[in-house]
Amino acid sequence: MRDAVVAGVLALTLVALAVGTEAHAEPAVIYSTGGKFDKSFNEGAWNGAKAWSEETDESFAEFQIDSAAQSEQALRNFARDGKDPIVAIGFNHAAALAKVAPEFPDAHFAIVDMVVSGGNIRSIVYREHEGGFLVGMLGAMASETGKLGFVGGMDIPLIRKFACGYIQGARAADPTVEVLVNYTGDTPAAWSDPVRGAEIARTQIEQGADVIMQAAGGTGIGVLQAAADAGVLGIGTDSNQNGLHPGRILTTMLKNVDVAVYETFKDGVAGFKAGVVSLGIAEGGIGWALDEHNRDLITPEMEQAARQAADLIADGEIKVHDSTVDGPCPVQ
Amino acid sequence: MNAQLPRWVDLGLIPLLNLIVAFLVAGGVVMLIGENPVEAVEHILYGAFGFGEGIAFTLFYATNFIFTGLCVAVAFHASLFNIGGEGQAYIGGLGVALVCLAFDTFLPWWIIAPLAICAGAAFGAGWAFVPAYLQAKRGSHIVITTIMFNFLAASLMVYLLVNVLKVDGTMAPESRTFEEAGRLPKIGWFMELFGQNIGGAPLNLSFFLAILACVGVWLLIWRTKLGYEIRTFGANPAAAVYAGINPVRITVITMMISGGLAGMMALNPVMGDQNRLFLELAGGAGFVGIAVALMGRAHPVGVALAALLFGVLYQGGAELSFEMPAITRDMIVVIQGLVVLFAGALEFMFRPVVARVFARTATAKGAA
Repeated sequence: MRDAVVAGVLALTLVALAVGTEAHAEPAVIYSTGGKFDKSFNEGAWNGAKAWSEETDESFAEFQIDSAAQSEQALRNFARDGKDPIVAIGFNHAAALAKVAPEFPDAHFAIVDMVVSGGNIRSIVYREHEGGFLVGMLGAMASETGKLGFVGGMDIPLIRKFACGYIQGARAADPTVEVLVNYTGDTPAAWSDPVRGAEIARTQIEQGADVIMQAAGGTGIGVLQAAADAGVLGIGTDSNQNGLHPGRILTTMLKNVDVAVYETFKDGVAGFKAGVVSLGIAEGGIGWALDEHNRDLITPEMEQAARQAADLIADGEIKVHDSTVDGPCPVQ
Repeated sequence: MNAQLPRWVDLGLIPLLNLIVAFLVAGGVVMLIGENPVEAVEHILYGAFGFGEGIAFTLFYATNFIFTGLCVAVAFHASLFNIGGEGQAYIGGLGVALVCLAFDTFLPWWIIAPLAICAGAAFGAGWAFVPAYLQAKRGSHIVITTIMFNFLAASLMVYLLVNVLKVDGTMAPESRTFEEAGRLPKIGWFMELFGQNIGGAPLNLSFFLAILACVGVWLLIWRTKLGYEIRTFGANPAAAVYAGINPVRITVITMMISGGLAGMMALNPVMGDQNRLFLELAGGAGFVGIAVALMGRAHPVGVALAALLFGVLYQGGAELSFEMPAITRDMIVVIQGLVVLFAGALEFMFRPVVARVFARTATAKGAA
C-alpha cells in the first residue's frame, strides 16, 4: 500500500514536472559555419541569446554546424526535442529550414539573413546596404586622398551588398571618390585569415587609400590592425569594433544580429509572429557607432550629414540600391 | 619485419590497437574539460548506431568518405599522393549539377542519374588531368599542384555560383533546387530490410554506388593488367620503365581514375541530399579521404571500414555535441584529429613491439 502511495506521488510529481517544462519550452539557436566566436556575425547572435538568458535566468540550447547536411539534422533534432522557438543564423540554413519546418507545424522557427516562406517561420533580413551607405559617406568625408578601401571576405552576394551600399554612400558625399574593392578568398578560410586581410589592406594603403572598411569576419581584425599600424582609418562591421584601436577606427557599421535573436527568444512561443521582418535604419537593426573611441574623428559636419542621411533613408527619401534584389551594383 | 607478421595482425590487430589508444587519449581530453568520457562514448555510439535515422546518417557520411578514400587509395598504388580530392569533388559537383539542371524538367531520374555519374566522374577526372600531366611531363610535384588546384576549384565555383548559377533576387550563392527528376531516391526500403526507419536522413542510392566503386577498385588494382602496371610503377618506377610501362600514361590514367572517384562523391551531397549546387559541397571530405586511405591501407575493404569509422565520428560527434554542450564542435575535431594521428600517421608506433612479441612466441614454439 505504502509503495503504491509513493509511486502515485512520484508519478504526480513527474507529470507536474513535465507540464512545467512544456509551459517554458527551451529556445534554441543554430550558428552558421563561421562558429560561435567569430567576433562579429555569429557572436552577435550568441550575445543576444546570452542577454535573454541572463535577463530571464532561463537556459537555451545551441549548436554549430560543420556542413550543409548538419543544418537539417540540427533543426530536426531541436524540433524533435521540443525546443521552441528555434533560430537559425545565416543564409546557409535556408534550404534545410524549408524542408524541416513543414514537418513540425507546431514548432516555431526563425532564420536570419534569408527569406523562407512558411506559416511557422519568421524570416529576419537586414538592409546592410543602408548601413554601408552611411559609413561610406563618413569615409569619403574623412578621406584626404580621395581614395577609400573595402576588404570583403568571400565574394558572395551578401558582401557585395555591403560593398555596393558603401560605394553609393561614398559617391553621395564626394562624386569623385575612388573605391578600391578586394576580397580575401574563395573558401570559408577567407573569414578567418587576419594575415591575408592585413596584406590586402596594406596594398590598398600603398595605392593611396586612407579609409578602409572591412566586411570579412575574423579576417577584418587584420584589416583594422594594418590600417591602425599605417596611421590610416579603418571601419568595422556587425558588432561595435570602435574600441579595438581607439582613435584609429572611424566608425563601425552596426548590424544588430543580437536584437533579432533576443527579440525572437523574448516573444517566445506565445508572441511568435511568422512572416518577413526586414530590419534597417528605420527599425534600429542597422546603424553606425559613435562612442568615446571615435568621438574625435567624427566632425560635427560629418555627424550631421550622417544623421541627415539616416533620416532620409529611414523616410524612404534616399533609396539605396540593394544589389541582391535590384540587380548588379550601378556604381563601381 | 613486415613479413614476420600474420595478415590478421597487420590488418586487424594493429589498426585496432591504434584506435584504442586514440580513444584513450581522446577520453583523457574529455576528462580534462570535466566531462565523463564513458558517457561521451555512449552518446557517440548511440548517435551513430542507436536508431534508424542515426545509422542512415552514419552511412550517408561514410558514402562521401568511401569515394574520397578510394580516390586517394588508387593514387597511392602508383606512389602518387593526390591531395586534390577536395577540389576534384567540388568540380565533380559542378558536373552533376549541370546535368541535373539541364535535364530535370523532361527526363526521368533513372536516365539523369547515370548521366550525372558520368559527368561528375568526367569533371573530377578532368580536374585531376592537369596536375597529372604536369607531374608526368614536367615533373611539377603532384602534392603541390593538387593542393593549388583545390584553391582554383574553390575560386571557380564561387565565381560560377555568384555570377552565373545563382537565382536572381536571392542572397544565397547556390543554384536553383532541382525538380523531382533531378533527385536520387532515398533508400528507406533498404533500411527497412533491417527493421530500421530512415527518418529524415538523406541516405540515398549513392551508397550502393560507393559499394560498387569499392568492388571496381579492387578489380582494377588486383585483377587487371592496368592495375598491375599501376602497382609496378608505384613500387619501382625505374623498374616499371625497364619493363616497358609508359610512366606518363600510368601517371595520367591513375590520377584521372582517382579524380573521377572524387568527382563521383559529389553525387551524394548534390543529387542525393541538397538537390542543388552550393558552396563547399565537399565539406572537407577530400581531406578526410587521405586519412581514410591511410587507415584502410589503400585496400577497398579497409577504406570502406575506415570510412565507416569516420562516418561514426561525424554522426556520433554531432549527436554528442547535442547531448553534452560542453563538448563543442572543436572538441569533436580534436577527437577526429587524434584518430587520424594514431591510426594514420603513427601506424608504425606499435608495429615493432607487436612484431617483437610475435617473433618471440614464434621462436618459443620453434624451440619447443
